[in-house]
Amino acid sequence: MKKYDAIIVGGGHNGLICAAYLAKAGRKVLVLERRHVLGGAAVSEELYPGFTFSVASYVVSLFRPHIIRELDLAKHGYEIIPMDCSFLPLPDGDSLARWADGNRSREEIQHFSRKDADVYPEFSRVMTLMSQFAKNIIDHPAPDITSLSLKEIRAMLRLGKSFRSLGPDLFHMNVKLLTMSAVDFLDQWFESDILKAPMSVSGIIGTFQGVRSPGTAYVLLHHYMGELDGAFRSWGFSKGGTGGVSMACARAALSFGAEIRTDAPAASIKIKNGTSHGVVLENGDEFDAKLVVSNLDPRRTYMGLVGEQHLDDEVVKQINRYKFRGSSGKVNLALDRVPEFKCRPGDGDHIRGDIAIAPGIDYLERAFDQAKYGAYSQRPFINAVIPSLTDPTVAPPGKHVMSCFVQYAPYHIKEGAENWPKQREAFGDAVVDTLAEYIPNLKDIILYRQVLTPWDLEKQMGLTEGNIFQGELSLEQLLFQRPIASYSKYKTPIRHLWMCGSGTHPGGGIMGSGGELAAKSILNSKAL
Amino acid sequence: MRKTPFFPRMSQLCKSMNWKEWAGYHAVSSYQVLHDSEYFAFRNSAGLLDVTPLFKYHVHGKDAESYLSQIMVKDITKLGVGRVSYLCWCTHEGKVVDDGTVMRRGKEDFFVTSADPCFSWFSRFLRGYDVGLEDVSEQIGGLALQGPTSRDILRQICDANLDELRFFGTTKARADGFDLWISRTGYTGDLGYEIWVENQHALRLWDALIAAGRPYALRPAGLNALDVCRVEAGLILKNVDYYNALHVIIPARQSSPYELSLGWTVNLDRAPFNGRVALAREKQAGSQWAIVGLDLDWPEIEALHAQHSLPPEIGNTAWRTSIPIYSDRSRKKQIGYATSGTWSPILKKNIALATITSGYHKPGMKVQIELTVEHRRYTVTATVHKPQFFDPERKRSNPGQPNRKKKEA
Repeated sequence: MKKYDAIIVGGGHNGLICAAYLAKAGRKVLVLERRHVLGGAAVSEELYPGFTFSVASYVVSLFRPHIIRELDLAKHGYEIIPMDCSFLPLPDGDSLARWADGNRSREEIQHFSRKDADVYPEFSRVMTLMSQFAKNIIDHPAPDITSLSLKEIRAMLRLGKSFRSLGPDLFHMNVKLLTMSAVDFLDQWFESDILKAPMSVSGIIGTFQGVRSPGTAYVLLHHYMGELDGAFRSWGFSKGGTGGVSMACARAALSFGAEIRTDAPAASIKIKNGTSHGVVLENGDEFDAKLVVSNLDPRRTYMGLVGEQHLDDEVVKQINRYKFRGSSGKVNLALDRVPEFKCRPGDGDHIRGDIAIAPGIDYLERAFDQAKYGAYSQRPFINAVIPSLTDPTVAPPGKHVMSCFVQYAPYHIKEGAENWPKQREAFGDAVVDTLAEYIPNLKDIILYRQVLTPWDLEKQMGLTEGNIFQGELSLEQLLFQRPIASYSKYKTPIRHLWMCGSGTHPGGGIMGSGGELAAKSILNSKAL
Repeated sequence: MRKTPFFPRMSQLCKSMNWKEWAGYHAVSSYQVLHDSEYFAFRNSAGLLDVTPLFKYHVHGKDAESYLSQIMVKDITKLGVGRVSYLCWCTHEGKVVDDGTVMRRGKEDFFVTSADPCFSWFSRFLRGYDVGLEDVSEQIGGLALQGPTSRDILRQICDANLDELRFFGTTKARADGFDLWISRTGYTGDLGYEIWVENQHALRLWDALIAAGRPYALRPAGLNALDVCRVEAGLILKNVDYYNALHVIIPARQSSPYELSLGWTVNLDRAPFNGRVALAREKQAGSQWAIVGLDLDWPEIEALHAQHSLPPEIGNTAWRTSIPIYSDRSRKKQIGYATSGTWSPILKKNIALATITSGYHKPGMKVQIELTVEHRRYTVTATVHKPQFFDPERKRSNPGQPNRKKKEA
């Protein structure tokens, strides 16, 4: 039997990146993907003839620039088209568009608050500084604060130094970011509800929290620390959908000699004496390797691939307590024409970026209220994009794809998660009805609709409880506690079993850090 | 300042009021304050750019091909009907006067474009040839339609068989009520066309393209976006990367085609032509300079900025200032200068075009380029590359024959 140095279970972008780094270092690598397509949640699929959808994850910002460089991803087709605008239509016919051009934004914000318009660049400045600081954290494995080893102490010192270099004001800001709610945090600068609402939603994406829940300010930063071509906070479309990113990673991995198999669902890890020796597929095929890296989330890795019998009670307890509780769904639409917004009719640059249905803080809190008691929001927060306006490769000429991220759609509905399929279409209707309040012609131009509930995200993408980040980005599940305390550095209690997904530090989004840092940790540890 | 025939449309669309002067004409630098969307249109859908300010000459008559062959560094007798050639023309000393294109529209019918006015220069060599030379710069408008969806757009408005029109091919076509000349050429290094039309039909052409382009994400684009594209494609620009030999005060500012890395356009083995003797001598003896591409080391740029607690800055337009290049970090020996550069959003590289002393010009060689960070001068390592960084397959391919790699230019 062919023996590999490493087998990566899961062909999401992190798994592919991990494979690419290991293969680049000369290791013999095999990637096993359960589905027929690569990408995991960063996947493009032609669900309706001629229309390519970013089925789940839909925009890119957080992807680490050095990974692009080190793996030569631009050569392999990594291409991001930046978004110029964040558009907020309002039900009363008003609207707010925020642009990459600062003066243009100021003019728009001024309409709601003169003061906010002036303060806006100051907020951007602080967030740029915070992002610069955050880079120190996300580009390295999280230090183990309980360890006294020289290496860990050095890592702590490095982090401490960059903390100190923030200066007192920003140091306090950092503490606030880690503890406050998104709305409280924004209240420090802004007065207009219309401005704060679309800004605050960055703090709730993928979490089961409201914009007024403490801790959401951190999630806000997480979405702000993206970097496109050196510009912090900018977001973009991946050409051909987010699967384009994954495919570029796959091509890089292949170019370095990695082997990739699709339609190859892993059933379990071969474990003997607490040590991993390879992978068994669902069809019984076995592959041996010195080392296995799981791109699956912590629950599916520990309780699925490994199995409770190989784990300590304490670890089992921690994994069971690890919070997933997915809170969002996705509605993908194929459209016959350009959707027309009531408040700003016609085609224009305002609909070429992201479009937020978030007409006020109370609206967002009410959306969360319903979710708290086990129902999807009748009037949810929606973040929509129409990438075909910018990237003509994803739809036939003149036709469009519209991708709608929808929150809240709690995994745990009161009828029980398994009843989601019965509510799927009603949930889709609620989303379309909500959008139609802003886009009167929407219902007439829908050619096809795909509704993904958290239940579907779990079944199709393998995201436990439909959590898009492989586990919530709440403070107790971050850094040296992601996924669990004692096993945060891509390692697991099983020898030679490693992890590389979004469930590891630094967390979710199309970032690539998990895959990169896992591979580098493996190579540094001389495990291979 | 003059207005091109497309001005009425451009002036309505140019929200930024960001114009510049181009050969005496008003030209749009960018339609919006930030040109990013125009750049990405060139690379992902299509951009529409007014190129009317180019100088345009109609050369015709029995001796047109031999006449042009004498002026140009390339043997025009070999240029087929329906083909276009990119080339340059030289003084007798073999120094470049200008670069441009020659389109062979018929056996005795040529259309020449240039960056500088060359009517006087071309006229000097007319004697003895049965040839007509007319300056049609003010009668013909030109639009560059460039980008991956350009073929699909152009197809909608005219009867040309674009699936068969190869890279550097040209054809006459009929649109709704007017004629146009199409050449599959451009300054973006991508799939694209330049479309030439009599002034009186210019607005109809513009309107037809804009309407046909809507489903293909066409955008009017300005010179700032073009500048990023042309650096990525390694296309040099007169008065930026080199100077007209007739206009410079000191000989050191003159360049030969070899020094501009345009040696591939020179056909030496043929009847005498302007500059032939000097060029043959240089070819044998070797050139002093070469134009190369440079790939600036990003981690070093990042580290220099980090010294000042700054994130690395990426200018949002291409730059065109002269930057010294040294052989090593000691900065004792200057071996050349970069003349233009840009952050390439598509290649994720910081690139430049540079004139470098021969011997340091081979791909893969490392040089040091000056970089100013927070008002202080440093150098960073740059790797020598061929000037052309961006060269997508679609630039040369035709539908159904995707792998045509033959050099057409």
